[in-house]
Amino acid sequence: MSLSLKNPEFLIERNYDRCINCQVCERQCANDSHYYDEEMDKMLSKDENCVNCQRCVTLCPANALSIRQYPLEYRKNSNWTGEMINNIYKQAESGGVLLTGMGNPTPKKIYWDHILLNASQVTNPSIDPLREPMELKTFLGRKPGKLEFDENGNPFPLPPQLELDTPIMFSAMSFGSISINACRSLARAATASGIMYNTGEGGLHQDLYQYKENTIVQVASGRFGVHQEYLEAGAAIEIKIGQGAKPGIGGHLPGEKVGDEVSRTRMIPLGTDALSPAPHHDIYSIEDLRQLIYALKEATDYTKPVSVKISAVHNVAAIATGIATAGADIISIDGYRGGTGAAPTLIRDNVGIPIELALAAVDERLRREGLRDQVSLVIGGTIRNSADIVKAIALGADTVYIASAALIAMGCHMCQKCYTGKCNWGIATQQPDLVKRLNPEIGEERLKNLIRGWSLEIKEMLGGMGINAIESLRGNRLMLRGIDLNERELAVLGIKHAGE
Amino acid sequence: MDDKIMSGCGLSGILNKKGKRFSGKDIIQSIALMHDRSNGLGGGFAAYGIYPEHKEYYALHLFYDHQKARNKVENTLEKYFSIKQREEIPTRKVKNISNQPLIWRYFVKPDPNQLESRELTEEEYVVEQVMNVNENIAGAYIFSSGKNMGVFKGVGYPEDIADFFMLEDYEAYLWTAHGRFPTNTPGWWGGAHPFTLLDWSIVHNGEISSYGANKRYIEMHGYKCTMMTDTEVITYLFDLLIRKHKLPIEAVIQAIASPLWSEIERMEPQAQNIAKTIRTVYGSCLLNGPFSIILGHSQGFIALNDRIKLRPLVVAEDEERMYVASEESAIREVCPEPDKIWTPRGGEAVIAQLENAGKGVV
Amino acid sequence: MKKVFAREEYCLGCKLCEVYCVTSHSRSKDVVKAHKSEEITPAVIIESGENLSFALQCRHCDDAPCVRACITGAMQKDPETGIVKYDENKCVGCWTCIMTCPYGAVKRDEYNRNIISKCDLCSETGEPACAANCPNNALVYKEQEEEGE
Repeated sequence: MSLSLKNPEFLIERNYDRCINCQVCERQCANDSHYYDEEMDKMLSKDENCVNCQRCVTLCPANALSIRQYPLEYRKNSNWTGEMINNIYKQAESGGVLLTGMGNPTPKKIYWDHILLNASQVTNPSIDPLREPMELKTFLGRKPGKLEFDENGNPFPLPPQLELDTPIMFSAMSFGSISINACRSLARAATASGIMYNTGEGGLHQDLYQYKENTIVQVASGRFGVHQEYLEAGAAIEIKIGQGAKPGIGGHLPGEKVGDEVSRTRMIPLGTDALSPAPHHDIYSIEDLRQLIYALKEATDYTKPVSVKISAVHNVAAIATGIATAGADIISIDGYRGGTGAAPTLIRDNVGIPIELALAAVDERLRREGLRDQVSLVIGGTIRNSADIVKAIALGADTVYIASAALIAMGCHMCQKCYTGKCNWGIATQQPDLVKRLNPEIGEERLKNLIRGWSLEIKEMLGGMGINAIESLRGNRLMLRGIDLNERELAVLGIKHAGE
Repeated sequence: MDDKIMSGCGLSGILNKKGKRFSGKDIIQSIALMHDRSNGLGGGFAAYGIYPEHKEYYALHLFYDHQKARNKVENTLEKYFSIKQREEIPTRKVKNISNQPLIWRYFVKPDPNQLESRELTEEEYVVEQVMNVNENIAGAYIFSSGKNMGVFKGVGYPEDIADFFMLEDYEAYLWTAHGRFPTNTPGWWGGAHPFTLLDWSIVHNGEISSYGANKRYIEMHGYKCTMMTDTEVITYLFDLLIRKHKLPIEAVIQAIASPLWSEIERMEPQAQNIAKTIRTVYGSCLLNGPFSIILGHSQGFIALNDRIKLRPLVVAEDEERMYVASEESAIREVCPEPDKIWTPRGGEAVIAQLENAGKGVV
Repeated sequence: MKKVFAREEYCLGCKLCEVYCVTSHSRSKDVVKAHKSEEITPAVIIESGENLSFALQCRHCDDAPCVRACITGAMQKDPETGIVKYDENKCVGCWTCIMTCPYGAVKRDEYNRNIISKCDLCSETGEPACAANCPNNALVYKEQEEEGE
């Protein structure tokens, strides 16, 4: 094709008073955005290659770099925005589907930010977490509606439970979509923090079998890397039906990311695209799901809880009830802002519903059906900070999944180019020179710090409410008030407006 | 959704372990000493053993806002129960008590045909009818529904309420009392303590921070929280765990005032397994935040504090009687030299039972 | 004694160690000034090949060949700290040290002066700048006993 109409998205600004020609930026950019020109004895840039991952900015020892939105402005138009126009140029040149990575970035309402928390004043005391015990321990798994005791006064054993030290887990991210060093960081941090990480649908690398007690192994429609040993290598099994970033379609791993290790772990040929089918071809209805749940339970001798993960879609409450009655021990719901390694842009930005509303609807429905105390509820997509977690639990979740936040903790700068496999931070890549940029010791430490910091904040907020155990927050919607929400929104969330 | 009602309080209870009945004078004297713990917006008493001549019958105590409500309720009662006796509860004029509703009592037994057709136990049947009246008949409220026991309560200081109901004329083997300090003014007689269901009566001091979680849990099990008070939720929790789930009383206590995980870790393996299992299954029953409660029942009382002891509770014992109160002075007021007096630790239940209690609490 | 150890599995070959080495040995201690207005040869050497790189610097040998070979006494082993020190005022630029160093860790000055450049473990500031600033912990300053790791 002749002239490309695409404009650069970003502008690299270099302060030549500071640049020392050390070429660190050049060596760190997998997109070849920087180069040294010998004749001019100067560092120069190719703006069109820049994805704004900020690796160069962060590593530049002279603070000589900054990246900006490319200052080209189309004629003002609220309908045909620059992004819309650029997307059309891209497709007119490629004839392909617009691809992207990470979660929905569009400016739709974020309900977390319209919910406020309560605190104690006078009529009951707040509790000081620095001086008093503050308990975050959480159990996931099926529970009997009522407890029965044998003739010796011992309770009949419960179905298998996951025990979490804090109500946070690392959500599914497959080996393939992320690097082995990212997987190592997550597995080790989960183990050290007393929580779980989730393998995603890409099987389990042999090096990670040692973290069994803190691993949830996922079974998705592609069944990549699923075998008996794999099922036994986790503390729980998750059936992935859907993902918030791309409800209705399966996982996509481009062949460029399928190297030796990924190919062996997934049990697929080297360099082939790993495309999970949109549905599970053995699940066309709820009774089929029941069969898969029990097939997995049989295969592991009823020793592990089975979770079913769905994306938040319009009738999520009814689907979740179906999943509970189909025998799942844990229901996991992923909101429409959840991240992904690769998704069609238009699906990511237009399919699914906000997790806050989905969670409120599911919790309410499960309670109405009298099922809520028997099945565990995990939500994700997106949790951005500890206040989101407190709000999620008060709306009715048992615990949350985080993934984007975990990636950011490891260095991700949300450039949304995971699908290219050229992650300069060593996270969403399989290129050996890039993979080693993430030292798993550092990754583990940063993740552990994040979990610790958030847990401390959760304790502070609980203490403020006069609560010293997380179970007293669960479903406690009286601790929440809405702000800038209309009657329908308040009704769906099941909360009052601030001032009421 | 109505606002949740917050209140502080004083409470007191006296049990004669031998089952000997005594007049209301002592309990009135005890609760009156803690006058400053209430603000005149609620006082009440539960008395066990007061209706020996009707002990096979459920004693329903009712508030009516008007005659119309009474007619409706009596129609309902006549349909579902056989009524042995009906009468206005005797009261006397008291200076500080005004705006009282019509106050009636009925001694009833479920209608056998109705009971059979509903396929419920007798207790479940009574609970269902109580809830039905309270929810569906405007201006009527059943505030007591046990056998051989009764609750007397209203808007006013507890000693004035006692005077109003002439409680010195009643004799019971167990008395509990409550003086209330609500932060807003519902001005409704039904909102005073004790709160009851069948034989269970609860008086309670403190505000439960876990109310929202407890409420949604208990509502999932078919209870309807219409009063927006902690006490109501606590009563239902005890009813669910003791009567419906048939848990041993120790398990109920562990669910409601769970030991801390750090304490559970230090327990012997068997005890640890029991505690851990109860917390895992009944986490939503944990009452979090400050409370002291006295749970009265036909065989005695259970007194319990929140697990980090944020509200006061003192217990004492002499040869014949067990005492419990918010303040030690309220016990010494009626028993100057008890054999034993102590402050139970947070989460540690004090279980006081009649000496001849045949089959225990449950 | 504590030395700088390289972990090639985490070395990115970014050469920030060089940048900070230069800065640490500058008068100004300022990254920009050190590079723009001073002439300092980094004492760390980055070896790289196909998808492999690591940073190398003087190992401060116990019985250092460079010290034995130095004809002027410019190269000395400090008996207390164990650091092999270099005094450029005594150096005549004979390059014998460069030839005898078994690691190739001694470099000629890059600005054509008759002096060499070699790691002194940043004895002036106390902590080797290369290890302190490595973005991926690929250089670690630690006790020698752990070298076997």
